[in-house]
Amino acid sequence: MKVKMLSRNPDNYVRETKLDLQRVPRNYDPTLHPFEVPREYVRALNATKLERVFAKPFLASLDGHRDGVNCLAKHPKSLATVLSGACDGEVRIWNLTKRKCIRTIQAHEGFVRGICTRFCGTSFFTVGDDKTVKQWKMDGPGYGEEEEPLHTILGKTVYTGIDHHWKEAVFATCGQQVDIWDEQRTSPICSMTWGFDSISSVKFNPIETFLLGSCASDRNIVLYDMRQATPLKKVILDMRTNTICWNPMEAFIFTAANEDYNLYTFDMRALDTPVMVHMDHVSAVLDVDYSPTGKEFVSASFDKSIRIFPVDKSRSREVYHTKRMQHVICVKWTSDSKYIMCGSDEMNIRLWKANASEKLGVLTSREKAAKDYNQKLKEKFQHHPHIKRIARHRHLPKSIYSQIQEQCIMKEARRRKEVNRLKHSKPGSVSIVSEKKKHIVAVVK
Amino acid sequence: METFPKPSRDVPPKKNRLQAKKKKPRRYWEEETTLTAAGASPGPPGNKKRNRELRHQRPKNTNNPKKSRFSRKPQLPKKPRERRNPGPQRSLSGAQDPFPGPAPVPVEVAQKFCRIDKSKKLPHSKSKTRTRLEVAEAEEQEISIKAARSELLLAEEPGFLEGEDGEDTAKIRQVDIVEAVDIASAAKHFDLNLRQFGPYRLNYSRTGRHLAFGGRRGHVATLDWVTKRLMCEINVMEAVRDIRFLHSEALFAVAQNRWLHIYDNQGIELHCIRRCDRVMRLEFLPFHFLLATASETGFLTYLDVSVGKIVAALNARAGRLDVMTKNPYNAVIHLGHSNGTVSLWSPAMKEPLAKILCHRGGVRAVAVDSTGTYMATSGLDHQLKIFDLRGTFQPLSARTLPQGAGHLVFSQRGLLAAGMGDVVNIWAGQGKASLPSLEQPYLTHRLSGHVHGLHFCPFEDVLGVGHTGGITSMLVPGAAEPNFDGLESNPYRSQKQRQEWEVKALLEKVPAELICLDPRALAEVDVISLEQEKKERIERLGYDPEAKAPFQPKPKQKGRSSTASLVKRKRKVMDEEHRDKVRQSLEQQPQKQEKKAKPTRARPSALDRFLR
Repeated sequence: MKVKMLSRNPDNYVRETKLDLQRVPRNYDPTLHPFEVPREYVRALNATKLERVFAKPFLASLDGHRDGVNCLAKHPKSLATVLSGACDGEVRIWNLTKRKCIRTIQAHEGFVRGICTRFCGTSFFTVGDDKTVKQWKMDGPGYGEEEEPLHTILGKTVYTGIDHHWKEAVFATCGQQVDIWDEQRTSPICSMTWGFDSISSVKFNPIETFLLGSCASDRNIVLYDMRQATPLKKVILDMRTNTICWNPMEAFIFTAANEDYNLYTFDMRALDTPVMVHMDHVSAVLDVDYSPTGKEFVSASFDKSIRIFPVDKSRSREVYHTKRMQHVICVKWTSDSKYIMCGSDEMNIRLWKANASEKLGVLTSREKAAKDYNQKLKEKFQHHPHIKRIARHRHLPKSIYSQIQEQCIMKEARRRKEVNRLKHSKPGSVSIVSEKKKHIVAVVK
Repeated sequence: METFPKPSRDVPPKKNRLQAKKKKPRRYWEEETTLTAAGASPGPPGNKKRNRELRHQRPKNTNNPKKSRFSRKPQLPKKPRERRNPGPQRSLSGAQDPFPGPAPVPVEVAQKFCRIDKSKKLPHSKSKTRTRLEVAEAEEQEISIKAARSELLLAEEPGFLEGEDGEDTAKIRQVDIVEAVDIASAAKHFDLNLRQFGPYRLNYSRTGRHLAFGGRRGHVATLDWVTKRLMCEINVMEAVRDIRFLHSEALFAVAQNRWLHIYDNQGIELHCIRRCDRVMRLEFLPFHFLLATASETGFLTYLDVSVGKIVAALNARAGRLDVMTKNPYNAVIHLGHSNGTVSLWSPAMKEPLAKILCHRGGVRAVAVDSTGTYMATSGLDHQLKIFDLRGTFQPLSARTLPQGAGHLVFSQRGLLAAGMGDVVNIWAGQGKASLPSLEQPYLTHRLSGHVHGLHFCPFEDVLGVGHTGGITSMLVPGAAEPNFDGLESNPYRSQKQRQEWEVKALLEKVPAELICLDPRALAEVDVISLEQEKKERIERLGYDPEAKAPFQPKPKQKGRSSTASLVKRKRKVMDEEHRDKVRQSLEQQPQKQEKKAKPTRARPSALDRFLR
């Protein structure tokens, strides 16, 4: 007879002294861990609920402007510095860590229409309603010096936007035409027009740095190549586009914020169909900015809310609003991709977390592991109806909520009409136009 | 387990057997004094598992284990691993890595950790979904290999009992085992003589550290059975039908004559649950925090012990319920009835999930193994049957017992114990969690009274038997899982660890509605509602947005895009599609015909009408 009994030495399983950590032997055999899937489901449900509990995105409000904030700019080198221009011609520089204004400049008479920083971060440019382009030093004047711009360019027409080249000493302004300027000269290197209309914004491509995009009030988006004197091509949409923003990771992708409550992500190479139509706002979209990761962007709207969209989704993942926030005019995603700033009509700049339930500050390794695990679980069970309902729920102000309902009804009626028309007409005579193609009028080269 | 000698193969002469009996019991690692020619040299205990793995690689030698052990030695020096990588990798110091590359992993071990069923394919899945699934599968493969590799770190080996050639392990008495094993294990065998308070029911806590027992005449006690420290002892002055620990050893439920009572570890009555009256059997579902009670009145009641609410009270409509067990794999409750059926219940359904006709008489006992694969039943017809629970509920093996078993229980590693009168029989299978073979018992033991309750102790090679004469703790080598998981149920946990675990367990309490036959169904794609949604969407929109657009020929170079050629190209594509359809339908037809042809092949007989 040979016999062996299971006989454990307790010393191998119990800690030696009270100062030691407890010993936890593991065995990953699935039979010892029954109900793996239901337990994971419950964990995912708990994680989703906790995410909603901890979703407190609002961080701070920077007040000091005496009129609506019209434009915002990030500092290219310092995460804590942000510049803002107001409707009374005042430019303020803020320190985000102290949440205080560190400098105030009366830059223009009338609106500050556009503001941009130089790629090196030593100076910044502003354009205003007084038909001037001004270059300012980032640092304040020394003791006894006057607050004066480095350069001032007097133009013939009003400038409505400005953007600086990402590598060279070149900047572009827009107004009645798109002008490309050398920093050293007082007249533009070249000016480009296509039709006669006021252009509302111009943006340099951050990767293919000689490419520019602009949007004009005759409903079109025009693309330019700085190396040649004529525009490349343009796409005409149903309604006016307010701003565009290039994807910082994919050179040929840009997103346009449109008056028809939608945002359109285009592939520059095929403008006849947008890659994605982003719908959720209930009023005109005024500004858009990409996250540095290029996976998401934030949009500011006239409906007093900002929304965060994934690039490849048509619906927003997040909506931020407060009782006091009025029409949001400008929005920026900070360079560390963690925060969002928005400037609104009621003279405040607000700072939000990009991820509403994120815990700020240093995480311990266990916290980090738990967070990652929960994230993966939420991802795994995201399609389960109960979890989806909790994860999608957002509180909305009554005005937005009722408008969404109203627009749903309108959309449904339109769709019903379309279906009826399709049903009662000769087969083939009425075709279904997809949502993507519906809003594109023409592409011109 | 593979080396059990079969007595039918070579029965030694009677004299020899007597000698074997007289021989002094020997510890398994001790050298045998008279080494016979066939006698195997026992290796150290640590080698056991590795030997088995090696044997798997060489299937030729599996028939005769003794031979394989001898033949192993000369083969050892030439390792197959070295041959696999011809180019030796040299390190900086110039030393050669004798085991280059990642450590090899046995396929069957890695298979154990595989969770995705690759045979199930999603119908009409998009390419994006398919690639995502492929990525998930690849990840899973990698993870399962890693998990299989981590098995090397497991500290303990399972116990075993092997007779010498021709010796029947069932003939080995408990006294012999106690004498042969080490002192710590020998102390696990004990008898409690409690003749006064009648037949006992008993229950071990989930960690296997504590034992609760209740006698018919009201004697209830719990103790830390390893140290033999008594935690509480009371007399409830009422008949005790069943006793069960709740999620931890701090609480236990007692089914008394009228109502269900819950006591804490000091014997203080915490609750008297009057909605559960005349309870016969208790089962606790630890992950759902549900206490299932089967009553004399025919009700199966689920009590959520974390909030104290009755989740469901189901009328089984089958009279008195005194046979109940849980399926530890999916938390389904199995009830045995007097008409020979076993019904499967979940609190989410008013009707049983399934009914299995098992016996000609009433069902006396039911047990389900820890993997949820096998169900053992015994009935009034003296039969003991084992059913497959995975799909069709078919009997796998059956055996008639002289007395019929009144109590059945499975151990963690798949040993089946049956209490018949005052005898306990234990059957074992080949390896872990396999079907126990009913031909020859692995162990038998006769008690001083009739068996009234059986329970294998988790994580210890011990079977607790409650009988009319008290409690007996039997040694059953190889019954329990040797390596526990410290985060799941740790026999050595401190109070702090227990409190921590309790909070965690309560946080992830599985809702009672999720109990169903397949607990993994929650992670699979719900194809039915997906199709339904798709259909509704098409109805709502008035067209199918995912339908393939009709072929539109692209304009070609100048001169080639005439209307005639366009029509021709269109026609070509249409014809091709049509041909595909025909081909598919042709492929399906012979299968149908085959199905039809099968019964006609044999000559028709008048008895065919009774075939199903």
